[in-house]
Amino acid sequence: MGEEILRVENLHVSVEGTPILNGMNLVIHRGEIHVIMGRNGAGKSTLASVVMGHPAYEITQGSIHYMGTDLQEMDVFERARAGMFLSFQYPAVIPGVKVGTFLKKSVQAVRNEEVKGREFRKELNEAMASLEMQKSVTNRYVNDGFSGGEKKRLEILQMLLLKPHLALLDETDSGLDIDALRIVSRGINAIAPNAGCLIITHYQRLLDHVKPHFVHVMIDGAIVQSGGPELAHKLESEGYEWLDAPKEA
Amino acid sequence: MSDDAREAVGDYQYGFHDPENATIRFDKGLSEQVVRDISELKNEPEWMTELRVKAYHHFMEREMPDWGNCGQLNGIDFDNVTYFLRSSNATERNWDDVPEDIKNTFDRLGIPEAEQKWLGGVTAQYESEAVYHSIREDLEAQGVLFLDMDSGLREHPEIVKKYFGTVVPHSDNKFSALNTAVWSGGSFIYVPKGVHVEMPVQAYFRINAKNMGQFERTLIIADEGSSIHYVEGCTAPTYSTDSLHSAVVELIAMKDAKIRYSTIQNWSANVYNLVTKRGVAHEGATVEWVDGNIGSKLTMKYPAVLLKGEGAHAEIISVAYAGAGQHQDAGAKVHHLAPNTTSNILSKSISKNGGRSSYRGMLQVTPKAHGCRSKIVCDALLLDSESRSDTYPTMEVGNSTADLEHEASVSKVSGDQLFYLMSRGFTEEEAMGLIVNGFFEPFTRELPMEYAVELNKLLELEMEGSIG
Ligand SMILES: Nc1ncnc2c1ncn2[C@@H]1O[C@H](COP(=O)(O)OP(=O)(O)OP(=O)(O)O)[C@@H](O)[C@H]1O
Ligand SMILES: [Mg+2]
Repeated sequence: MGEEILRVENLHVSVEGTPILNGMNLVIHRGEIHVIMGRNGAGKSTLASVVMGHPAYEITQGSIHYMGTDLQEMDVFERARAGMFLSFQYPAVIPGVKVGTFLKKSVQAVRNEEVKGREFRKELNEAMASLEMQKSVTNRYVNDGFSGGEKKRLEILQMLLLKPHLALLDETDSGLDIDALRIVSRGINAIAPNAGCLIITHYQRLLDHVKPHFVHVMIDGAIVQSGGPELAHKLESEGYEWLDAPKEA
Repeated sequence: MSDDAREAVGDYQYGFHDPENATIRFDKGLSEQVVRDISELKNEPEWMTELRVKAYHHFMEREMPDWGNCGQLNGIDFDNVTYFLRSSNATERNWDDVPEDIKNTFDRLGIPEAEQKWLGGVTAQYESEAVYHSIREDLEAQGVLFLDMDSGLREHPEIVKKYFGTVVPHSDNKFSALNTAVWSGGSFIYVPKGVHVEMPVQAYFRINAKNMGQFERTLIIADEGSSIHYVEGCTAPTYSTDSLHSAVVELIAMKDAKIRYSTIQNWSANVYNLVTKRGVAHEGATVEWVDGNIGSKLTMKYPAVLLKGEGAHAEIISVAYAGAGQHQDAGAKVHHLAPNTTSNILSKSISKNGGRSSYRGMLQVTPKAHGCRSKIVCDALLLDSESRSDTYPTMEVGNSTADLEHEASVSKVSGDQLFYLMSRGFTEEEAMGLIVNGFFEPFTRELPMEYAVELNKLLELEMEGSIG
């Protein structure tokens, strides 16, 4: 087992007074791939946002530790610079900012060093080639007019460049065509052995390409069931209803 | 200062040759005598002296505009302005007097020290002089006249007399009257028929804009089928001890000619920047204004184009950035006076820390101007809830064949954008800087590279230390 990357303990989170997470627990070690599944509105994206430090969410109880450090006092950009990465379910559009410029600046910020133009271009070209992305994408504006699948591919490109210790992937597989799913999975598999991975998904099909170690089911802001890959298969065929039944001895 | 340097500097100035002590400064305030003295000092022809005097009287009689930011306008103390200040001894002003924050901005924009001092009005930058001279030689070979306005008047009085004040008459408005009365410096350019000036004409002005004074006067004439791109200004803060800047720019594009005039100006926060810019486009000609306004206390500036000949085209792209205590009242005016003329206006403004930007536009289509097309897009970005933006569009459309589009939007930086960028390692300030640069991108991409880079850096600096 690798070192501990993420520890979420008894996490309670509210938005504008409404509780959304209700006692989340999760521990991820380096080299592990965890999957969270759950109905719309269960709180999956909220978990990812809170771990990344979104200011709109209030932690009312519990704690999050990243590589042994309590995240409470860390700003979003500090978390990014410490090696945390979130692939967004809905990546934001930044009009007028070219992908190329954005990527270079982001890599510089996270690595905290100047990157040379030529070396960066080489690195970028390789990463883009591995994701079968067209070079012209670097001249487009960040996510502006991108299709759903193009946005997800750009998220994975960023992950490849930033080489995080913790990768939070929120529905990265949604909206991908069959080829794109395979390509994006390749990107995830390139990072996964050296990182802690948390994948949020609705579909078993991603898991044909990316082999999870743990699958968790989230209902009403807490994990109600954990298991291995077989759990995803069961959910795919049976849905979530069986988990709703009140647990009786 | 070495003798060589003095020669270089003295060369393009107004022909005063008193190398030992050439500081000439008029007392504050304006009178007919001051106007006559300026003209006499410059050894001007009689017609210019009389035009100045006529303009002076018009200025005195003309009411202040009753629109725009009247409160601020009425705060101008005309008696407390020095209308003529010239020194051939450029070290007269002391670099130590330039405020620390402005020096810091120079440093952070990466502008070298020698150039900083020059821009701060302290010393000459000789390398740039050399650049200027080589550009001039190139242009001269093509028959292009490219001089400061005073030299233009001295060396080509017949051309100046024919065009000066024909696009912006002295009686156009109170500030064009003032400029006509006391103008000094600025540029004079004449591009002969069919000549295309390939490179943007810029190096000279990048350096010299600072010494052009507060009442510069620019006249550019592009003869039939010719083209020129003129770039003026600089993103370094313009440190001005006096508080009134009132320029006039006149562009004349003859049949099938094209003039593009790009400016970025970054005034210190004590400056009133009241500028009249107007171009005429004859048949098939194009006039383009690319206009960036940063800083100042109050800017009132509406680059205008008169589309006089059939098929003429106007393009006006402007950005304004208003910080604390600043009002950018900017916009564009296009007059479709001939059939099948077209225009495109894009205006972008950012307001921050209680700053205010206004778009004031005028679109006129005369009854006989059939088949005209115009598209106006105004986008405002507010960086906080104390800031303000408003639009005052005016349309006068005299016939029903015009095809007009007008879009306006006001937006705020979204929390999602900030979170996204911060999750990629950017501080909140850096994230704001990126968003702001992105917002201005349609403008920035029209600029020569080095200006674009500087503008982006400047805006990033503007975002620093200001987020609570
Ligand atoms: N900023 C917010 N303001 C108000 N409500 C919010 C906010 N963020 C999340 N919620 C609410 O919290 C609940 C959980 O949302 P979340 O986005 O975490 O769900 P999810 O599990 O990711 O769902 P999906 O599968 O649809 O992506 C939802 O009811 C949602 O409306
Ligand atoms: Mg979600």
